[in-house]
Amino acid sequence: MSMLANPTFLFYQVMNSISLGMNLFIIATGLTLILGVLRVINFAHGAFFMFGAYVCWSTVTFLGGAIGSFWIGVIAAAVVLGLMAFVIERGLLRYLYEREHLTQLLFTFAIVLVVGDVAKMIWGTDQYNVPYPHGLKGAVNFGFAIYPAYPLLLCVIGVVVAVGMWLALSKTRWGRIIRAATQDREMLAALGMNVPLVYTGVFVIGSALAGLGGALAAPRVAVSPGMDATLIIECFIIVIIGGLGSLWGSFLGALALGFATMFGTVIFPDWELVLAYVLMLGILLWRPWGLFGHPEEDSH
Amino acid sequence: MARLEVDGIHTAYGLSKVLFGVSLTVEPGEVVALVGRNGVGKTTTMRSIMGLAPPRQGSVCWMDRDITGMPVHHVARLGIGYVPEDRRIFPELTVWENLDIARRPPIDDENGEGWSEDQVFELFPDLKAIQSRQGGVLSGGQQQMLTIARSLMGNPKLLLLDEPSEGLAPIVVETLRDRINLLKEGGLSIVLAEQNLDFVLFLSDRIHILEKGEIQYTGTPEDLRANTDIQTKYLTL
Ligand SMILES: Nc1ncnc2c1ncn2[C@@H]1O[C@H](COP(=O)(O)OP(=O)(O)O)[C@@H](O)[C@H]1O
Ligand SMILES: [Mg+2]
Repeated sequence: MSMLANPTFLFYQVMNSISLGMNLFIIATGLTLILGVLRVINFAHGAFFMFGAYVCWSTVTFLGGAIGSFWIGVIAAAVVLGLMAFVIERGLLRYLYEREHLTQLLFTFAIVLVVGDVAKMIWGTDQYNVPYPHGLKGAVNFGFAIYPAYPLLLCVIGVVVAVGMWLALSKTRWGRIIRAATQDREMLAALGMNVPLVYTGVFVIGSALAGLGGALAAPRVAVSPGMDATLIIECFIIVIIGGLGSLWGSFLGALALGFATMFGTVIFPDWELVLAYVLMLGILLWRPWGLFGHPEEDSH
Repeated sequence: MARLEVDGIHTAYGLSKVLFGVSLTVEPGEVVALVGRNGVGKTTTMRSIMGLAPPRQGSVCWMDRDITGMPVHHVARLGIGYVPEDRRIFPELTVWENLDIARRPPIDDENGEGWSEDQVFELFPDLKAIQSRQGGVLSGGQQQMLTIARSLMGNPKLLLLDEPSEGLAPIVVETLRDRINLLKEGGLSIVLAEQNLDFVLFLSDRIHILEKGEIQYTGTPEDLRANTDIQTKYLTL
């Protein structure tokens, strides 16, 4: 507790919270996008995150850790997960939209198991570490404190992704179509829009974000089986506190969870994960549909 | 030719059968009305044409093509616009965004470039001033104008207009009627479902009265105006 009185430590904790929050945001925003448009609760999102981290590790290893290999790994993770999502959505998921939610849940849960096993077949059960990328191994001097460069960059990337997504959703026609799809898909089809194609696109983009988030997380965490287990819960907490389908909701939700996690470990070391639930409960009591959510209307 | 031919369609929702062999044709530039009390199947007929409720029997032909059971967005792209009864404005999109996503080039160049938002605003001047307002906060009249305007952005050759006057103040209904009449004069074909008889008599070339999913009467506005027996039997509450 008294550590919090130390300004340098406090600064460190604040930065760590933001950095973690931004990493979580990149992943959760993909989940909330898929939920908003497809109305599918995608448990496989965490598995996609894990797969992305592995793909990044493999790319870096394959390229012998050369300069730029990490960033190639990040792009590779997004592309591979986008392709996997394309195959899963076109080949299987699209036949389940008309089914009840339970069937969809079971399906995405099956994907979790399959992706987890495929990852074990490819990468085994070892734990891998991805080094910080070249040029970001050091720290940045703020004058009053220093902070490692890579987590700092994560904060920047998070904001770039948020602003980029916001611009894409509000300033482009495709973005407007995606927003319309969250509101009334039948009417969108009646206006001549190929809604199944919109679904495929959104599932691919959302899953690519999970892969991207996994690759970006790889230098921060141990890449290993089961790394998706708590992450998927954290992502759902973010989506719920932010409001289903809301970009800025997931941004704020991810930040809130970042702070709760980082300060929780210091203030209540034994209650870290409980704090996330308490946060969710508190926000839902205050705003039952999440920070940016709306009461569910009669959806067509 | 831009001709719609609905031939003996039977449509059901699950086990509940709603339409029992509805047939109608719309020649290019014609306004054909479907009237009848609530629940007789007017909306279902439109949803059947659009592909939203595909008929189980019978066929829908449009421009010499069988479109029965075609995906909804293909039907729309063939030039059929749908203006639903409940308007279905995207509530979280602005007026302009609602128009923008519906934009679609004309299927032929008969009418040049087709509709732009400027032309739509000329037809519905009220929309221009509120183009950056969210769809969800519009009044009923504004929503009705917008839903028609939105369909026009897709450059339809046939408009399925479902109860456009429903719930609107008389003065708004009158404006709306005149705007629809302008569209008719521009050569647009329209299927019009309505309960407001004056509205129907003013706009239509032909009127079908539906009752329990079947067409019970077909006539011109003049015939129906003169025939008070039919009016009492099928239209008064
Ligand atoms: N989605 C639906 N599911 C089941 N029954 C429906 C549905 N929509 C309409 N119906 C029924 O079909 C009948 C015709 O409805 P509709 O076509 O909406 O009539 P109208 O437009 O003439 O008022 C009504 O009895 C109505 O209850
Ligand atoms: Mg109706």
